[in-house]
Amino acid sequence: MAVEVDSAAQFTEFAHPERLVSGDWLEAHLGTPGLVVVESDEDVLLYETGHIEGAVKIDWHTDLNDPVVRDYIDGAGFAKLLGSKGIGRDTTVVIYGDKNNWWAAYALWVFTLFGHEDVRLLDGGRAKWEAEGRAYTTAAESATPVDYPVVERDDSKIRAYKDDVLAHLGNPLVDVRSPEEFSGERTTAPAYPEEGALRAGHIPSAQNVPWAKAVAEDGTFKPVPELDAIYRDGAGLKDGDSIVAYCRIGERSSHTWFVLTHLLGFEGVRNYDGSWTEWGSTVRVPIVKGSEPGAVPAK
Amino acid sequence: MTTPDLPEQLAEIREDFLGLEVRERLQLLLEFSNELPELPERYRDHPDLFERVEECQSPVFIFTEVDDARIVHLFAIAPKEAPTTRGFASILVQGLAGLTVEEVLAVPDDYPQTIGLTEAVSPLRIRGMTALLGRAKRQVREKIAA
Repeated sequence: MAVEVDSAAQFTEFAHPERLVSGDWLEAHLGTPGLVVVESDEDVLLYETGHIEGAVKIDWHTDLNDPVVRDYIDGAGFAKLLGSKGIGRDTTVVIYGDKNNWWAAYALWVFTLFGHEDVRLLDGGRAKWEAEGRAYTTAAESATPVDYPVVERDDSKIRAYKDDVLAHLGNPLVDVRSPEEFSGERTTAPAYPEEGALRAGHIPSAQNVPWAKAVAEDGTFKPVPELDAIYRDGAGLKDGDSIVAYCRIGERSSHTWFVLTHLLGFEGVRNYDGSWTEWGSTVRVPIVKGSEPGAVPAK
Repeated sequence: MTTPDLPEQLAEIREDFLGLEVRERLQLLLEFSNELPELPERYRDHPDLFERVEECQSPVFIFTEVDDARIVHLFAIAPKEAPTTRGFASILVQGLAGLTVEEVLAVPDDYPQTIGLTEAVSPLRIRGMTALLGRAKRQVREKIAA
């Protein structure tokens, strides 16, 4: 039983306006049966400092990642987690968080791997909610557990593995890291070894579009004409393209995945969550340094 | 596991965390976060003195001072939007308070991994605290060498 969508004017241009809600909408719908609000942050303690009334917390490190293998939790783990948070398969979930919804978008992408249908973002996340002077509570999380069915993850549609990316070369790639990471510059002094990847640079032919370019000053997503200018005119993406986005560990690129898929309506966009920490440490994969995308290597 | 040489406050902090359930450890970390001291007046207008801890996802800056009695003083700045990082800094500020140069340098580099937070906040995040400690110790070494 999906909760009604937010028909606010600022969302109507987006390909899938039902994926966003505004602060006004959320405030008016708090407590609606069938709606669960989820906070997902970079900082694991931010929820405890104050959160939207009734919201539950889902943390990407401690909840969504498998604790042993570099992978996400499985269907049984996801069912246990969501059920414990009072989320059923038909529940409308609105996710919000810090850093322009960076981690909220990541959580949304993981929910989508499990085919949870009605999952939305609060446009602007914590920052806008606060800027609008809306309330937080420090009440402890309380959720009435429900049953969530065990549904196995489907990694085939919106997730790319390293071998998928190798096979994908020649099709559009979007590297959403900072220009410095893209070009392979190292600014850190020798005393501070950089963690995570053995080599620097980017995947050949990738366009560099830092993820936060999609976000306006107030933390909300930019309107369609501005997003088109960035991704279609700037990065050359065209309808019908098969697109892979990546960053360092796949979190920033899930934000871009959201923009391309739900706001601009591209189909078949995949997030390469192995991203640079995998590619940059893999033996004999092609790498390009410098600020130019570089050519696709001959196979 | 016994580490007899661990300074008293650091040992107490560890015992306090280990005595709690994982979920409650986060609450204690939040208390530390709220207790991070304000900078003393004399350092408030000196951002230049502070070193950014790049390994932390959130902006956190530290500065160590060694006084004439060879006592180390650690100062840290972190935004309220980064309570975890503030908590890490606060644990070290309180844990190292009053220690001598030698005592600070003898603190095991893996102390952050031993206080029961790895499970509560994830191994990746705890790296930020390891880096804070490592940089504080490096600053102390530089100060006594100068």
